[in-house]
Amino acid sequence: MTTGRFGIHGGQYIPETLMNAVIELEEAYNHYKDDPEFNRELTELFNNYANRPSLLYYAERMTKDLGGAKIYLKREDLNHTGAHKINNVLGQVLLAKKMGKTRVIAETGAGQHGVATATAAALMGMECEIFMGEEDTKRQALNVYRMRLLGATVHAVTTGTATLKDAVSETMREWTNRIADTHYVLGSCMGPHPFPTIVRDFQAVISKEIKAQILEQEGRLPDAVLACVGGGSNAIGAFYHFIEDTDVRLIGCEAAGRGIHTAETAATIATGKLGIFHGMKSYFCQDEYGQIAPVYSISAGLDYPGIGPEHANLYDTGRAEYVAITDDEAVDAFEYLSRTEGIIPAIESAHAVAYARKLAPTMTKDQIIVINVSGRGDKDCAAIARYRGENIYE
Amino acid sequence: MSRILQAFANGKAFIPFITCGDPSLDVTEQLVYAMEQAGADLIELGIPFSDPTAEGPVIQSANIRALSGGVTTDKVFDLVRKLRVNTQIPLVFMTYANVVFSYGIERFVKTAAEAGIDGIILPDVPFEEKEEFDTICKQYGLDFISLIAPTSEHRIARIASDAHGFVYCVSSLGVTGVRSQITTDIGHMVQLVKTAKNIPCAVGFGISTPEQAKKMAACADGVIVGSAIVKLCGAHGADCVQPVAEYVKRMKDAIRELS
Repeated sequence: MTTGRFGIHGGQYIPETLMNAVIELEEAYNHYKDDPEFNRELTELFNNYANRPSLLYYAERMTKDLGGAKIYLKREDLNHTGAHKINNVLGQVLLAKKMGKTRVIAETGAGQHGVATATAAALMGMECEIFMGEEDTKRQALNVYRMRLLGATVHAVTTGTATLKDAVSETMREWTNRIADTHYVLGSCMGPHPFPTIVRDFQAVISKEIKAQILEQEGRLPDAVLACVGGGSNAIGAFYHFIEDTDVRLIGCEAAGRGIHTAETAATIATGKLGIFHGMKSYFCQDEYGQIAPVYSISAGLDYPGIGPEHANLYDTGRAEYVAITDDEAVDAFEYLSRTEGIIPAIESAHAVAYARKLAPTMTKDQIIVINVSGRGDKDCAAIARYRGENIYE
Repeated sequence: MSRILQAFANGKAFIPFITCGDPSLDVTEQLVYAMEQAGADLIELGIPFSDPTAEGPVIQSANIRALSGGVTTDKVFDLVRKLRVNTQIPLVFMTYANVVFSYGIERFVKTAAEAGIDGIILPDVPFEEKEEFDTICKQYGLDFISLIAPTSEHRIARIASDAHGFVYCVSSLGVTGVRSQITTDIGHMVQLVKTAKNIPCAVGFGISTPEQAKKMAACADGVIVGSAIVKLCGAHGADCVQPVAEYVKRMKDAIRELS
């Protein structure tokens, strides 16, 4: 088996043209990840630019309302740019700069990763181009404007389903076109090795903080950590430092869209099978001939037909559980958290909130659930209003 | 001598690519016969994939057209069985890893070999990942074709020494598609291959004119043309056989004089 594997998953299934680029990236990452100066700079960016550490907030009203486990919210929505995406982006763009790259490219679904990449590029003086499915540029028009405001060029991708998977394909194509000065800031814990590892390491700050914060506030580890999963970067970040703590349940919440028994779903673990796509071996939604399925979710950020290889392996080994949450449940949870705690979560994160609403009442009052609120929901307000039959101007 | 090696035995080889089922599998069958008549030495048959990440817009569209028309891997195998009744021209599949993997690698390779396919090209399977495919290909007598790119540099010797059939030299950075000029030093790439192993080298990506074909063939053993032909299929639909045959003849004539 080749390098960069998580069990049978992972690997480097990419065109030969890109092989030296990922090898160079791996070498640079292995050098800088243990470099004190690199880590000092990254910590400085995390703490003084991105607003880390993010709060671990005890959701008292939600806890009382559900009448079971104590609920804590990891407030990644309070990060600069409004989501966990900034953690990975600051790490990768700093790394790219150290490697002498002058241009970064990235895919984006909901636009959060694109905004974060455009932000880091502005901060570090890099040229930036973002590829976004045309469908998503409509669903997330505000984020398109934010990226342009930050100095990035946004390309609307019209191929395939014109959503996240097509944006990833198009960014890969662009990378093969221009490699020497360009780094591809992959936004999730997916793609060819070393991306799943790099993204996980930069996002692992989430679970590192949760662990320290919950030990300080409760003197014990949580019973369950919940996070939404598309590619799975916020989830792997929230899970990572708990993987060895086998008493902590790790629960990834996939987007079921209109339901896992319909064709309009993006729940990879529930409906996918083993395959090879976008540089990795993992689980993918696909037909019997291996054609990638045109997946659907109300959440542009979870609207992806695959899952990161480390999640696929956590599923295989039984270390993590994956559940599917429908659009309806996510929208209900979006409204619920807004009204109960005064926190508007991203529709992606609302999938994790939705599962907590089912799980908490089945647990006892001395048990603890941590929900990773991976992003803020301002970007989703217009779409949710439409879902409820109300047209508002963004 | 394998059918693939025979393709390179009579001077510079011309290798056209078409997407199976674009515009229909019946037309694909006619295209193979017509291109052979027109001078093609080996034909690459693309099995369409929903998300072909190494392709430019022209071949992407062909993939979508073919899939929309209901083409499946099994129907492509049926096509190959039909072709083999009438022609012995070397045939190589070009598709993506998931098409082969999802079918079951061994089931795919066995079926392909029995149908009369000579080799497989998977642009998203680099040297590091080829073993799981290559081992089974060897078992069934298929050549798993290796690719080298302008960025390969010191990787070329390792890739070439373990290559079979021919080496696919990617002429340029980027995805498939017509280019006005090709700046890579192809001669140097080919030389690195030949130093490692005596194996034919065919150049592809971006070639569309007889002049380009001639220039590329001068420093390699053959040229591969995809997008320019697929563009004709897209433009002429069911009437594409004649224009494609004429184009193939022009291209083959351009490189014939080098032989």
